[in-house]
Amino acid sequence: MYRYDEFDADYVAARVAQFRDQTRRRIDGKLTEDEYKPLRLQNGLYLQLHAYMLRVAIPYGTLSARQMRALAEVAERWDRGYGHFTTRQNIQFNWTKLKDVGDILEHLAGVEMHAIQTSGNCIRNVTADHFAGAAADEIEDPRPTAELIRQWSTAHPEFAFLPRKFKIAVTGAPNDRAVTRAHDIGLRMVRGPSGEPGYEVIVGGGLGRTPMIGKTLRHFLPKAHLLPYLEAILRVYNLHGRRDNKYKARIKILVHETGEAEIRKEVEAEFERRLEAFGGPEVAPDAAEMARIEAYFAPPALDRRPAVSSREDAAKAVDPAFAAWLERNVKPHRVPGHGIVTVSLKAIGEAPGDASAAQMRALADLADRYSLGELRISHEQNVILPHVRRDDLPQLHAALLRDGLATANAGLITDIIACPGLDYCALATARSIPIAQDIARRFGDGERARAIGDMQIKISGCINACGHHHVGHVGILGLEKAGVESYQITLGGDATETAAIGERVGPGLAAEEVGPAMERLADAYLALRKGSEERFLDALRRLGPAPFKAAIYDEAARADAA
Amino acid sequence: MPKPFVPKIVSANDLMEGDVVYLDAAAGWTRDLAAAAVAHDPEAAETLLARADQPGRVVGPYLADVATDGAAPRPLHYREIFRTRGPSNRPDLGRQAES
Repeated sequence: MYRYDEFDADYVAARVAQFRDQTRRRIDGKLTEDEYKPLRLQNGLYLQLHAYMLRVAIPYGTLSARQMRALAEVAERWDRGYGHFTTRQNIQFNWTKLKDVGDILEHLAGVEMHAIQTSGNCIRNVTADHFAGAAADEIEDPRPTAELIRQWSTAHPEFAFLPRKFKIAVTGAPNDRAVTRAHDIGLRMVRGPSGEPGYEVIVGGGLGRTPMIGKTLRHFLPKAHLLPYLEAILRVYNLHGRRDNKYKARIKILVHETGEAEIRKEVEAEFERRLEAFGGPEVAPDAAEMARIEAYFAPPALDRRPAVSSREDAAKAVDPAFAAWLERNVKPHRVPGHGIVTVSLKAIGEAPGDASAAQMRALADLADRYSLGELRISHEQNVILPHVRRDDLPQLHAALLRDGLATANAGLITDIIACPGLDYCALATARSIPIAQDIARRFGDGERARAIGDMQIKISGCINACGHHHVGHVGILGLEKAGVESYQITLGGDATETAAIGERVGPGLAAEEVGPAMERLADAYLALRKGSEERFLDALRRLGPAPFKAAIYDEAARADAA
Repeated sequence: MPKPFVPKIVSANDLMEGDVVYLDAAAGWTRDLAAAAVAHDPEAAETLLARADQPGRVVGPYLADVATDGAAPRPLHYREIFRTRGPSNRPDLGRQAES
């Protein structure tokens, strides 16, 4: 875990004091809302439909048990007893009062957390693979890179007022769990010609109203060149990105309109200038600083244990609920005898990503007991316990059951990503949460969902696509049509290393039609697949959208339901 | 043919609490929809909105369409209806939990 040095602590404390003063001046009438709004947004404070919402950064999705307890306390003392984990690995508190924000930020600073750059046209919280430092397929832990970018980008004066917001994601593994191809910049750890680790640099991806898959600008960038290269990209974007139209201001539009080859040429030319500036790379960190950062993410000293746990096997043989959870929610760890546990925040019928203060505390306790005090938040809105002994899995599962956190649905059709939608968000055009709840209730927690297997539904309540609907195997986009909520369905999206944008299949559905349509879609897939090994996405790619579209729009079934 | 005027109220969010408020007839702010001032013509709507320019009390005042067929003005757009209640998945939260 990264720990603040003296500079970090002083900086965050100064920002809290500064924001307290700005808020006091707003309350006293010395700042107008127009003056105050950009200041509060740069400190993560939004005004939503029913209240202020505070978005707190969880850098690269990693947090300690102590930090999770602090979030629980914020939920209890200053909010309504819960928080919402987001697709950017952050947490949002939905019921904040203006007078309390300074106290909340001070409380968070005490556990090395803040809300800086969780909004505004700046470089946002850097996201990363939620299995970082534990995954069996990892080339290198991406978090030292993410932490380096965090330090470089925090309060970077040149990039504080970009044409639009800017999101960077990092993965250290070939299996992309960080959606790197749908970010302004995606970094994938790869090996160079001599086996040394470096990055594939992907630029111009993004979702929102104009979804784009990022283009690879560099297939291999040496690690030492990362910051000058990022500066080169940001400089080209800052200079040429559109500021006249917010809908065309993201770097994806610049890359698309300028062309990949021309952007590459400009970035490489600027990169050469950065390398030469001041007699050498201007912003390359020295080896001692990188070593300091990397030391915080040193692999934990896990004892090597037998790959097969007799306790796990014994529990699996007698407890079908444990066996189902094991199959879906536990992934291989790089150290034999350990596992990576996904704690689902998708209990059937609950709001995706919501956790009560009691659940946060329970997770913190379980992290202390079973996972070296470490937790992760996934962009899929679940919580990860990254370092669990396989021998401890039965006890952990029993504890999760007691706390309502043992839903065995990671990656299943009920593990739905959903943005807050029109139940909370001032930008939303339709609700997301009730659609997710309805679908989850229809498929439940049993054999039917398990038979369907890997099938990702992602729901956004507006075109801004916080719910990642474009890269869902099934995407659901809530819009307004003739004064009512209407839901467009897309098929074939993919958030992984084979990233793809889903294709819209037809006219929008009414809210009450979405759940039945999902049931018909899943039934069609079960009838058409070659076998249980053929995932929904593979069947769709083999057969094309026609049979699935026919199931969604089955007129007879829709008429019967009406 | 010009569209007939739809009656309007002014809604905003309270500066300190952030919750939904409505402009009343005395140019004050109320959480009670029944006490909201209703404009029945464009001039009255413009006047209401001008009165709502109170940055020390509220954020983002705007006009919202209502029907006046009951004891209280009835918001017409579903977004406004949700704002009178709270999150539809959490009946224990928001204005709906107070009634």
